[in-house]
Amino acid sequence: MKIVLKNLTKKFPNRNKKAGGDVIAVNNFDFEIPDGTLVGLLGPSGCGKSTTLNLISGLETPTEGSIFFGEDDVTKLPPENRGVGLVFQSYALYPHLTVFKNIQFPLENLRGSEKLTKEEMEKRVNEAAKLVQIDMLLERKPSELSGGQQQRVAIARALVKMPRVLLLDEPLSNLDARLRLQTREEIRRIQKETNITTVFVTHDQDEAMSISDIIVVMKDGMVQQIGKPQEVYDNPVNLFVAKFLGTPPINVFEGEVKENKLFINNEAVLDIKNVDNRKVFVAIRPEGFIPSSSGALTCNLGRLEVMGRDVSIVSTHPSSLNDTIRSIVNSESIVSENLKEVKFDLKPNKVYIFDHDTEERIIFEV
Amino acid sequence: MTKNNKKAYLYLIPAFLFLGAFMIYPLIDVFIYSFEEGYNFASGTSFGIGSYNYSYVMHDQYFLQALKNTFILVIITVPISTGLALLISVLLSSIKPLKDLFQTVYFLPYVTNTLAVGLVFMILFKKTAYSDGLINLLINFFGGESVDFIDGPYWAKMLVMCIYTIWIVMPFKILILTSALASVNPVYYKAAKVDGTSRFRIFYKITLPMISPMIFYLIITGFIGAFKAYSDEVALFGTDLNAAGMNTIVGYVYDMLYGNSGGYPSYASGAAIILFAIVLTITVINLLVSRKNTTY
Repeated sequence: MKIVLKNLTKKFPNRNKKAGGDVIAVNNFDFEIPDGTLVGLLGPSGCGKSTTLNLISGLETPTEGSIFFGEDDVTKLPPENRGVGLVFQSYALYPHLTVFKNIQFPLENLRGSEKLTKEEMEKRVNEAAKLVQIDMLLERKPSELSGGQQQRVAIARALVKMPRVLLLDEPLSNLDARLRLQTREEIRRIQKETNITTVFVTHDQDEAMSISDIIVVMKDGMVQQIGKPQEVYDNPVNLFVAKFLGTPPINVFEGEVKENKLFINNEAVLDIKNVDNRKVFVAIRPEGFIPSSSGALTCNLGRLEVMGRDVSIVSTHPSSLNDTIRSIVNSESIVSENLKEVKFDLKPNKVYIFDHDTEERIIFEV
Repeated sequence: MTKNNKKAYLYLIPAFLFLGAFMIYPLIDVFIYSFEEGYNFASGTSFGIGSYNYSYVMHDQYFLQALKNTFILVIITVPISTGLALLISVLLSSIKPLKDLFQTVYFLPYVTNTLAVGLVFMILFKKTAYSDGLINLLINFFGGESVDFIDGPYWAKMLVMCIYTIWIVMPFKILILTSALASVNPVYYKAAKVDGTSRFRIFYKITLPMISPMIFYLIITGFIGAFKAYSDEVALFGTDLNAAGMNTIVGYVYDMLYGNSGGYPSYASGAAIILFAIVLTITVINLLVSRKNTTY
């Protein structure tokens, strides 16, 4: 089931009545989620990603615009008639019911021709439980489960009614680091097995990049960029997207383009074509640095962090907007720690330049 | 460790002294009085030891009447007041405009003096040779005969008593239940809504179990409170409750001690111990039932 969002806008009245005006949580959202994909809505907190999810689920109604599931316009439909499965950040498992009864709950709501017999319900519950691998915990109460298990129960409860769309609100934020890695693989597997169009919300770019087919990067209610994770990472449209994606984060410098050369602090670091002379932001991915004794960019060496396969060189530079510059290099190209300075050559495809005013990407040729 | 324990006991002494002097000692004392026949406060003497006090009380018409009145009051008012309070709380928490006003209105009986309320009820329900109360005017309007609710037939007096009791105990229950309802995490309602749960089912399957500990608390305290009813009866029917046929167990105990027939601490103690036994039994049953039903 593909999901189409058309000019979707959601405004909330401002709490602070004196300030007046509305708070625009979602601003003119326009995109299509293809059938059977796993989409990650990604952005800092307060960017409207949860509101978008609530709009898709029907818990909120849009101020403007419309939502389609396939060819059906569901904009005016209440949540129960949309056929969505929603997993809440806090899971919202009913504490007084056993795992089995929690999963069975949505099925008991079915009325009329959809009404199921007890045996059918039991079969569906067992199938859902098996899918998320909690079939041995069915008699327990939610309080007797670990966070990861509760998460699985919540997913099973969302899946048991065979929804057209599965929505996950910050599904991993309540889990510890190790469980998070495991569970995101699990979500990926379940999504692939059921082939349900799935939208999930996260503020963790790592999470979104690792399992999504498509990521949607949002800021202040506006879509910044939509695309496959690798594409968005390799080709950020603006400085915000470039800064938001990637760990360690991208290194940003004040720079200038003069006579087809890119300057950082009066050092010509790269020859570039087709860009007018102007002030720019230069963003360099950590993997875009090549240490070299004759390198173009000179940084003050801080320390080395050896991580086995890679070495992370931590340095500083007067034009850098980050406190420290992190560059990840191959452990074979070791730099002596006794040096005061370290020089780098840059990989042109890991260097992005952005307009100093609009922060939009400027495409250059080498 | 032992040193700490000694210190702990030292700090507990004031509380122990107070509890011992004003709670435990009187309890034991009443228990002893109830077996001392014809105990006299002034001389501190009795005729002998035995169960005659209990036998007397159990055969006293006034006590049997009081027992009957108390049981009727308990059985009628506790379920109705709890049910009504639940209904009102649910309605209160589902409305937005004027919510604060209604909450205040429903809370008024709690802060109003019992005797003042009794007076208002008397005016509402009275019937004298010269004038009828508002309720009787209403009955007349619909073509019925005036009934003397304050000094008339037993059922009429019991009816007023029950209405009065329900009205006076409800504010506290509404207060407790509205806060219990407000403490249910709204995410459960959202989850249920997405799953297409009907409103009735949401209430029955989610809200009710989640506030069930509070409901059982109200039922238990409601039973205890109703068994100890006395001042409300006085407010409506005056101090001579035996004559009105509207006495309660606590009223009987009071009359035996200080009333016209006063001066019988042994009988009073016997009746008090019987009341204690009844309340204890009912509370234990309540707790057993609630432990089975509030499963979380």
